[in-house]
Order: sequence, then structure tokens, then C-alpha cells
Amino acid sequence: MLPTEEVRMAGIAGYGAYIPRKRIRTEEIARQWGKDPGVIERGLLLEEKSVPGFDEDTITISVAAGHGAIDRAGVDPQKIGALYIGSESHPYAVKPSGTVVAEALGIGPEVHIADFEFACKAGTEAMFVALGLVEAGRVQYAMAIGADTSQGAPGDALEFSASAGGAAYVFGVDHVVAEVVETYSYTSDTPDFWRREGEFYPRHGGRFTGEPAYFKHVLTASRAIMEKTGLTAGDFAYAVFHMPNGKFPLTAGKQLGFREEQLETGWVVPTMGNTYSGSSPTGLAAILDIAEPDDLILITSFGSGAGSDSFVLKATRRLPEVQGLAPTVRSMLEGSRQYVTYGEYAKFRGKIIAND
Amino acid sequence: MRDVAIVGAGMTRFGELWDQGLRDMFVEAASGALSDAGADRLDSLYVGCMSGGQFVGQEHLGPLMADHLGMTGVAAVHVESACASGGVALRQAFIEVGSGMSDLVLAAGIEKMNDGADVTNVLATAADQELEVYYGVTFPGLYAMIARAHMQRHGTTEEDLAWVAVKNHRHGAMNEKAQFRREVTPEQVMASSLVSEPLRLLHCSPVTDGAAAVLLCPLDMAREFTDRPVKIVATGLASDSMALADRDDPAFLDAVQKSGQRAFQMADIGPRDVDVAEVHDCFTIAEICCIEALGFVEEGKGGPAARDGITAIGGQIPVNTSGGLKSKGHPVGATGIAQTIEIFRQLRGEAGQRQVENARVGLAQNMGGSGASSVVHIFEGV
Repeated sequence: MLPTEEVRMAGIAGYGAYIPRKRIRTEEIARQWGKDPGVIERGLLLEEKSVPGFDEDTITISVAAGHGAIDRAGVDPQKIGALYIGSESHPYAVKPSGTVVAEALGIGPEVHIADFEFACKAGTEAMFVALGLVEAGRVQYAMAIGADTSQGAPGDALEFSASAGGAAYVFGVDHVVAEVVETYSYTSDTPDFWRREGEFYPRHGGRFTGEPAYFKHVLTASRAIMEKTGLTAGDFAYAVFHMPNGKFPLTAGKQLGFREEQLETGWVVPTMGNTYSGSSPTGLAAILDIAEPDDLILITSFGSGAGSDSFVLKATRRLPEVQGLAPTVRSMLEGSRQYVTYGEYAKFRGKIIAND
Repeated sequence: MRDVAIVGAGMTRFGELWDQGLRDMFVEAASGALSDAGADRLDSLYVGCMSGGQFVGQEHLGPLMADHLGMTGVAAVHVESACASGGVALRQAFIEVGSGMSDLVLAAGIEKMNDGADVTNVLATAADQELEVYYGVTFPGLYAMIARAHMQRHGTTEEDLAWVAVKNHRHGAMNEKAQFRREVTPEQVMASSLVSEPLRLLHCSPVTDGAAAVLLCPLDMAREFTDRPVKIVATGLASDSMALADRDDPAFLDAVQKSGQRAFQMADIGPRDVDVAEVHDCFTIAEICCIEALGFVEEGKGGPAARDGITAIGGQIPVNTSGGLKSKGHPVGATGIAQTIEIFRQLRGEAGQRQVENARVGLAQNMGGSGASSVVHIFEGV
């Protein structure tokens, strides 16, 4: 073993989120397909979801969230040595989103960049790697983003949830607002949800996406990280789990012993929808918006295919100082909104076949 | 014919068995039946399965299952009669043992429905493709038409239908193998989503994985394997027109009546002699039609039977004490054998909380499609 140096307690130095203003109500989508909106609202616990405008995509969402993260971190973007963006909807199949985002945020050109993909956990994947580089001392700061303009086929149950938004995190060993106490990843070859090269919409295994996929990975990872840290559900102030719909994260949380008060802050899905790679990272941002020093926070993502990343975070005294430096998640969710019809939604999402 | 007995039974839990394939489920059920009887050999086996080919891309199930059971070499064949495949597999095994051709024969049923297949379309292959399916009908649609006809002809109500689900869930809540071990209220049934009017979600049996197997031998060999054999006293099989539209009365299941009459005649008993019955409640309306066609209630009087407690445990003729297809689950090819196992347990006094007192004669009725095939077996405790 190498001689041990002083342990570098790395963590989140700054965070930011972005949710587009346009919204579509569950009722409006249900009406379009002749479904009973009450059944969907009660079954999936979804009221409305965000919709990207014509000029919004994973890159613009990443830039908006990234600004917030840099402002809260209060660091020189030039000192960010790595930038990773996790998404299922990178605008280009070949050509990184990260280069555009770095340029817009004033990061680089001395920077390592990669776009990540691991279904809905690509965002925490980026966070995991960014954290590792900072802990290793390879870079001073690293930025990780989870953002999506999620796809769901017309008429598919996914259409009620697939939405747009994301969150960005700057990791460092100073300026820390939330220390990373522990991480844990759990992965298996479980084909529950996929989109092949060139396909427009993802496909999924229906009910197979529940128990053997989402619940198996989320519950295993969460239990393992609690065992690793010796913490129990009661020790946490907040917990957030990947939110494919309103029901799954609450069910998972309750099975792990969390109470509703610990879950409701990060449970942004009923009015935001599922922002895929941005889902649990945005829920975490909503928690950081109000958490107090020494609060313990659990985040567990889920990506189909399948895997979960868990992080145990501990808020520092610096957190309350930065909460007001960028828009909060709730201010975007509950602030000014523009409701669109299904027709407008279909237009914005490119679901209408037009000449040109 | 020699007298034939069931001497062992085994089955998997019914439900979404994500970590078990067709062969795993078969081996669990079949080895369960063999070890239940303490048997280490087989002369032959029948596997009832509706559509291994379309659900999981696997045909040629006879040798595959014999192989994985560690019985390579035995006579093994796949039997198909849509959702009645399990019941028909039992009939073939019964005939083979009864004829003196073989001594130890396994009758099994399996279905793996949760593996990505388009279940509604696979099931629709049990209806008439040219006369029905091409026009878009599905099984909930066909049974909804049967329900409408029954309502119109006999005044059956949506509430009558709901009570069948309530009763079967009440029974199924006591069955550790059942997919849905919970009770439902009439209000919950009547507020559940419409699937095909007037049928709602809680009027429909679920999509299920599962396997079940029973071991048959001549009655005079039975004591070698168990102290409590159950005798198969009769079998009856009948067919009807495939297309619902070709039937004189869509509210009456002719094949069920014929298969029942044939079995009653062979057993030389009548419906009043039956102490406990499992019938094919793939939809709540199906149970109503089946108990009428079998003569447990008069034609047209099946509607209120569940609400009035006639078909509940403790009633005049307890029906679907296992929870039925509705609550126990309906892995289509396995259903006929699972029904048989419930009767086997009841006649041996092993049904626990759902035991029907002094049950001596039991009946199992299993059907395919919208009633185009039906098979009935009558059993007697020994």
C-alpha cells in the first residue's frame, strides 16, 4: 500500500438546475388517447410535466444548469478540469454535447470532456467519475451534468412522464456545500428499457421494468450504502430516488423505512415529470435548496440496462450561503409556466411529420 | 379401463416469475410431484402448454422437459388446446394409465407469459383468426359480448359480475400460491378501469407465469406412493364452434355442458353430488356461464350465485376455492393442472383455511378460447 496522504474529503462545491417553462398536463395527454386522466393521475401520481421549447435541448439545459452550479460554487470556470454530461438525448450521435457546454460556460480548453450514456443514471454516472478525479487530485474541480429532453412514444405510458430538465454539479475539495460521505454502485445485465441506434423512441419491457429492474437495483444499492456507512433510514434528513413516475420512488422509499417527510422534498416528479438522466440529480438539487448544515442526504439513481448509483452526502455550513445564488428547483417548478396543448406538444417534440 | 389415481402433486407459485424460465418452472413443479409421491421413475409425461412457441419461442416441449427433469428417454409429448391445454394433458395421462398402456404418467401444465411477448395477440390465436381476430376482436372483447348477451337474456348485472371477483379474491387471499393474495370489495371492482365494456380490470384474470404437475398411476398401485390417493373417476371433453357468432346462444357455453354431461355420465353421478368445484373463470362472466352449463345452478341463475354465497366456501357448491383464475392467476397452459391440484388438496383434507368440510367428490372444468373446447374431470377421495 502507498503511504496514506491526508484524506481529501471531496464533495459538491456548487449545484444548479434548469427546468423548461412549458408544461403539459396529464389530463391533456390522457384526453388525446382516450384514457381516463383520473386513473393515470392516481396510478402514476403525475399531474403535469415539463416540455422543451423549440430552442431547448440537452445542451441548452446543461448550460443553464451549469451557470447555476458555477455561480454557487464561486469558482473560476477555468479551474474546472473535467466536464461530463450524462444524457439519453444528446443532440448529436457523433460530436460531444460537452464541448458546446464548456465553451458556453467558459470552461477549457484545458479540460477533459466526455458525454455519458447509461439510460437514466447517466447523470449520477458523470457525478461518480467527476468526484473520483477530484478525490484523486487529478483535477481541482470537475463538473458533472445530468440532463435530458426525454423521449416517449406517442400513446406509450412513457408519454405521461418523459419530460425535460437537468442539474449540474461542481465537485471539489474546497468550497464544499455537501461532502460525499460514501458512494456505492450496483449493476447487472437487465434489459428492461432500451433504444437502439437510429430509433426515435425507447422500448421497454412493461412490468418487467418494475420489480426485477427498478426495485431490485434501487433497493439493493440503497441498502448496501446504508450498511457500508452504518446509517439507517432514520439518520437521514432527506432521500431521493430515481423518479420514473410518482409511485416507484415513494414505494422504494417506504420499503427502505423512509417517511414521507424525508421523501417529499426531492420528489419533484408529479409536476416535473421524469427528466431521465436529470431526474434524481434534479431531485437532489431541490433538497440542497433547503437543506441545513449537517443534514445527511441519500440519493440513489437508476438506469435501465441496469444499475444504480448511491451517494451519501452531508451538508456543510457553506450550503445556506449559496442557496440563494441561483434559481431554486421549486421556483422553476412553481414559477411562471406556459401550458401547451397536445398539438403544440407534438410540434415542439418533433412528433409531426412535415415536409422539410 | 383400470381405475386411476393421482398420488402426487407439485406446483410453482403463480405470478410474475421474472427469474424462472419455462423449463425451470416445469422442473420445480414436476420434481415436486415426483418427490411428493416418492417416485423416482416415469413411463411417460404430457406437457400442456398453450403457446411456448409464441410466448418464448420454444416448441418441442416434450423432450425438452423430460431432458431437464433428468428423465431423458421417457415418452414425452406436448398437448395443446389453448387455455384447456393442462386439462387435456390430464385427460391424455388418465387414458394412458387407464388403458393399461403405462403405469406412471406425469401430467403437467406450464406457461411463461411474462417474457416480452404481446400477450393479447398471442392469446387471440385461440380465437378464430379468419372470422374473429382479423376484425380486431380480443379475448376481453369476446367475453364482454358473452356478458352483454347474458345481461340481456337473464338480467345479470355488473354487480353480479363484481361479486364473482370479490368471492374468488376472498378465497385466493388464503392461497399461498396465488398471484393476488388480497381481498377486493365490490366497489373496488366496479370502479376499476374499463377493459371492454362491461368488463373492468378486476373482472379479468391476470397474465401469469407458472407450472403445475400431478403424478398418475393405477389405483391398485397407489398405496406404494401415498396413503391418500385421489381417484379420477371421469373425464369429459367437448368442442363447440370456434367463432362466438356461430353459436345459437352466445350466453350459453355448449361445450362446457357437453363435457360436464359426459363426465357425469361416466362417473354415474350428477351435479348435486359434487362437494367442491374449480371452474374456468378467465373472466367473471365465464364463472357464471360455467356453473350454469355444469348444472350447479339453473340456466340464467348463475348471476347472483356469488353474491348470494351459493358458490363461496360454506355455500351450497363452493366454486374456485383456490381463488380461481382471477386471484390465483392464469398461466394458461398450467391452469387445468392447478385446478386439479386444488381438488386433490381438498379431497385429501389438505386445503388449510380454505378447506371445504367433508369434501369427497370434486370437479375441475378447464376451457379453451371463448368456450370452443372444454374438459371436465371428476375426482373422488379414497
